[in-house]
Amino acid sequence: MTLTQQDIDQEIAAEHAAYEKRVADGAPVEHHPRRDYAPYRSSVLRHPRQPLVAIDTARDPELVELRSPAFGERDITGIDNDLTRHHRGEPIGERITVSGRLLDRAGRPVRGQLVEIWQANSAGRYAHRREQHDAPLDPNFTGFGRTLTDTEGRYHFTTVQPGPYPWRNHVNAWRPAHIHFSVFGAAFTQRLVTQMYFPNDPLFPYDPILQSVTDDAARQRLVAAYDHGLSVPEFSLGYHWDIVLDGPAATWTEEGR
Amino acid sequence: MTKTETGGPEHVLPTPSHTVGPFYGYALPFRGGEDIAPLGHPDTVTVHGHVLDGEGRPLPDALVELWGPRPDGTVPRVDGSIRRDPATGGHLGRNGVEFTGWGRVQTDADGHWYARTLRPGARGDSAPYLSVCVFARGLLVHLFTRIYLPGDEAALAADPLLARVGDRRGTLIAGDEGGGTYRFDIRLQGEGETVFLEFR
Ligand SMILES: [Fe+3]
Repeated sequence: MTLTQQDIDQEIAAEHAAYEKRVADGAPVEHHPRRDYAPYRSSVLRHPRQPLVAIDTARDPELVELRSPAFGERDITGIDNDLTRHHRGEPIGERITVSGRLLDRAGRPVRGQLVEIWQANSAGRYAHRREQHDAPLDPNFTGFGRTLTDTEGRYHFTTVQPGPYPWRNHVNAWRPAHIHFSVFGAAFTQRLVTQMYFPNDPLFPYDPILQSVTDDAARQRLVAAYDHGLSVPEFSLGYHWDIVLDGPAATWTEEGR
Repeated sequence: MTKTETGGPEHVLPTPSHTVGPFYGYALPFRGGEDIAPLGHPDTVTVHGHVLDGEGRPLPDALVELWGPRPDGTVPRVDGSIRRDPATGGHLGRNGVEFTGWGRVQTDADGHWYARTLRPGARGDSAPYLSVCVFARGLLVHLFTRIYLPGDEAALAADPLLARVGDRRGTLIAGDEGGGTYRFDIRLQGEGETVFLEFR
């Protein structure tokens, strides 16, 4: 049986309606996807069926999960956050700058932590061996960068606008353009891997990965804002995207350690 | 950044999680990511296993991160896991001397992973364990679990988490294969499903 976009659209609508009903009946807002989100077919066999076991971190401040791995200046070089300068030539595509702040749930900046990004090139092709999409590779673009957040929790990348790309979830499945982010917090509990999208992408409603975030406001937080102040004259267009880490953090007294 | 009206300690709404996807392999894994222990350290242990899906099939594209304390129970605040060469931009990796406590490994084509790290020491009320974070294509939010090492039965019996999970505690305790090598399979779903954790 061939799975069409229409089939997936119906499943997405049903999941969304079920979520709206849960909230109307008093269930809490869900800021994260459910791991068993069938419209994204790869999730079906890869999520636990047993409920997670909750750890109350307030009861044991010594938990190693309340500390975080450390990263420092020797883990990066000065141009690791400029993905347009990793090869001899200039990559093809529209240059963009992406910047924002890394915060915890209390709005405190997360300083000196590692932010890694990876993305497709402007034609929608990843520099990955297993990638099947026949769009051209760009010899001047790998699409991987990293940086440390500064004293205000700020990060900054220069790259090119990634292209949308097809995948095999169903017939005519296309991912909206996105940049993958991997982020560390002040505690290992705050570890986050996610994706940043670009404003007004017409592919949003068709994509089961984005739609796995069933809460409308939460989903909107995955979309960067065009920021003219971040655009660099004669060089790049700017996007602003703040990242807020979930999960318990170290105590207030440990801030600035 | 969105704020709620309520204020309080959690007044900023979180960024939702997303799957790591299938194509992180050229970006996140790094050479030596699994060799966390300093070279020749006498407290080195090897942990290894498969990551398996709900039909018992190994995942060739899972990413496992390990995070643990030193043998004396203290937590390192040492960077240098992914050192870079400032001249060429190339990868230098760990220096083989310092212990950062953190490592990252991608499963191979057989769905198998391994890491060499230092035997963790006990902290707080817990028996010694390594903290684990699992990412994969198809996994919309990463999963946390723990690797407890066998041997000290009194410490394991007193561990608050192991006491709570009943007959599933075996999924959190590695198998002893001798010579400092321990087996720890991660079953995402189904028979023998690993206990996964959420921190509040
Ligand atoms: Fe992608």
